[in-house]
Amino acid sequence: MLTALPLDAAGPVIPNFSAHSSSCAVQNHLFCVDWVKSNWGPVLWPALRQHVLLTLVAVAIGFAISMSLALLAHRHRWAERPTLLFTTFLYTIPSLALFELLVAPIGQNVFAAEIALVSYTLLILFRNILTGLRSVPAEVMEAAEGMGMTPRQALLRVELPLALPAIVAGLRIAVVTIIALATIVYTIYNRGLGVPIHSALGEGPFKTELIAAGGMAILLALFADGLLVATQRLLTPWTRARGT
Amino acid sequence: MQTEDTAHIEGPSAYAQAAELELRDVRKCYPGQREPAISDLSLRVPAGEVCVLVGPSGSGKTTAMRLINRMVALTSGDILLGGRSVLEREPRELRREIGYVIQQIGLFPHQTVAENIATVPHLLGWPKERVAARVEELLRLIGLDPEEMGPRYPAQLSGGQRQRVGVARALAADPPVMLMDEPFGAIDPINRGNLQDEFLGLQAKVRKTVVFVTHDIDEAIKMGDRIAILREGGVLAQYDTPKAILARPADDFVAQFVGADRGIKRLSLTTLADVRLLAPNGQGPNVQRVSARASVKDALSMLLTAHGEPLAVVDGDDRVTGLVTLSHLERLIAEEADGEESPVAVASGSSAADRDGGPPGAP
Ligand SMILES: Nc1ncnc2c1ncn2[C@@H]1O[C@H](COP(=O)(O)OP(=O)(O)O)[C@@H](O)[C@H]1O
Ligand SMILES: [Mg+2]
Repeated sequence: MLTALPLDAAGPVIPNFSAHSSSCAVQNHLFCVDWVKSNWGPVLWPALRQHVLLTLVAVAIGFAISMSLALLAHRHRWAERPTLLFTTFLYTIPSLALFELLVAPIGQNVFAAEIALVSYTLLILFRNILTGLRSVPAEVMEAAEGMGMTPRQALLRVELPLALPAIVAGLRIAVVTIIALATIVYTIYNRGLGVPIHSALGEGPFKTELIAAGGMAILLALFADGLLVATQRLLTPWTRARGT
Repeated sequence: MQTEDTAHIEGPSAYAQAAELELRDVRKCYPGQREPAISDLSLRVPAGEVCVLVGPSGSGKTTAMRLINRMVALTSGDILLGGRSVLEREPRELRREIGYVIQQIGLFPHQTVAENIATVPHLLGWPKERVAARVEELLRLIGLDPEEMGPRYPAQLSGGQRQRVGVARALAADPPVMLMDEPFGAIDPINRGNLQDEFLGLQAKVRKTVVFVTHDIDEAIKMGDRIAILREGGVLAQYDTPKAILARPADDFVAQFVGADRGIKRLSLTTLADVRLLAPNGQGPNVQRVSARASVKDALSMLLTAHGEPLAVVDGDDRVTGLVTLSHLERLIAEEADGEESPVAVASGSSAADRDGGPPGAP
């Protein structure tokens, strides 16, 4: 099939995009700035916004669930094993299969998409939050208790702040993973940067849309990661205070 | 539900009454352990005194401390703080009134020195200005510059500084009682000596009731108004002043624990200012001088290398107050040993004056 593809076809190769076609699209250049300009408003910008929203909602819900599970496992050791088993199981399900599995009971909608994305954040976030909570030195907790902190005060004032570096490390992996994974949400729910990427794949040799949408997904991941690093630096000044 | 004996009053020395602490037939059996960790322990620490708990590892010293602030639940018996049972108190409220220093210090690494010290005042809901003033006062008390050290993180301090901050943090809400569990255990010998001297100086100012745990008998002798020697299973072997324990160990265990050199150790407890000196009589110009604050042990050591010459004892203004010779010291030691034969009442009255009066002075 690939060999049959006319790479140097003379005519326009994107009949369904004729409305937005320009001369460079017609001539099938590798990257066509005009095309990006004319499609930014109607195609790329909405896809980016949807992508950010899909990611934010998934990570926020995943974080809330993981935090609750990690706090439970931190207080009660028995809760760790079943949680790990379950979240690892979710993590190992092939993503396309999970999307399809969810469509039958839930339908092709935002809920199916978010449930799938959330289930991929749980393992990463749970493990990192729990590792962070457990990394708090025993003598620090002993001092907190000995000075009369309630368990809640110890959690909020001592354990969570000290777990922050590990928690942010988990968030960074989760966010980058979900930004990548959200590009296949289009298979069940027509939103996100996956939509233009997918349509570009069907466009034969015209690569501008693929490069633009794919590049946006990469840049979005890098930007989000940088944002988290910067946030952590702001929130954990003590990690940089070494020596005198 | 605060009574006058535990209420907070401003300022480090304002705690007119450091509370008396009393353990009555205290027993602790950890679940799943056959032997009790503490067996029928009774002792009374008069207000404002330092009681050192000393004993081999596993003898229940840490357990005893944690029973006092209710981090460990009593199996039987009672503990009274200022005449009131700790069992009547809400544990967390009780802990905020008991300063607690642990061996590993446990400073909060994510908080500055000032924030660390402010921990209990914050928990007690003190207003901001009062907390800030108190933190500054405490930093000065432990000899750290508030401007420079207050904003630092624990990772930016030396081991000795961290230990001082740990003590300041425990003192922050001016508790009537301090529990110190091997506070200087992880510090090198030279710094440990300094920290011990500093703490004794601090204690002279703030006059807390202190329970101080160590496994080092020399530290116990130096720090304690009284020493409680525990043996395996949390059994109290002896509770007395350092002098009395060195003079009359209750049994072989105590004798072995305090060491074969207990005769010498005793001499370190008495300073030259405490003993009768020979009258100064126009001694030769090259006679060695020794501060009256030096211990008899140090004087003895100097005399042994003084080729039969006497030592001139000088006061703080460098005036000669008297002389000591080897034979004179020998006589004093023999007299004191005779005097000690008479039984001394156990654990009653104040004995703060029995302690080593301060760091051994020059030369
Ligand atoms: N939480 C605990 N559970 C069970 N046993 C304990 C616990 N803490 C201490 N013990 C036991 O109680 C005894 C006294 O311990 P501890 O008070 O720590 O002694 P020390 O401080 O003198 O070394 C030891 O035999 C120890 O194993
Ligand atoms: Mg101990």
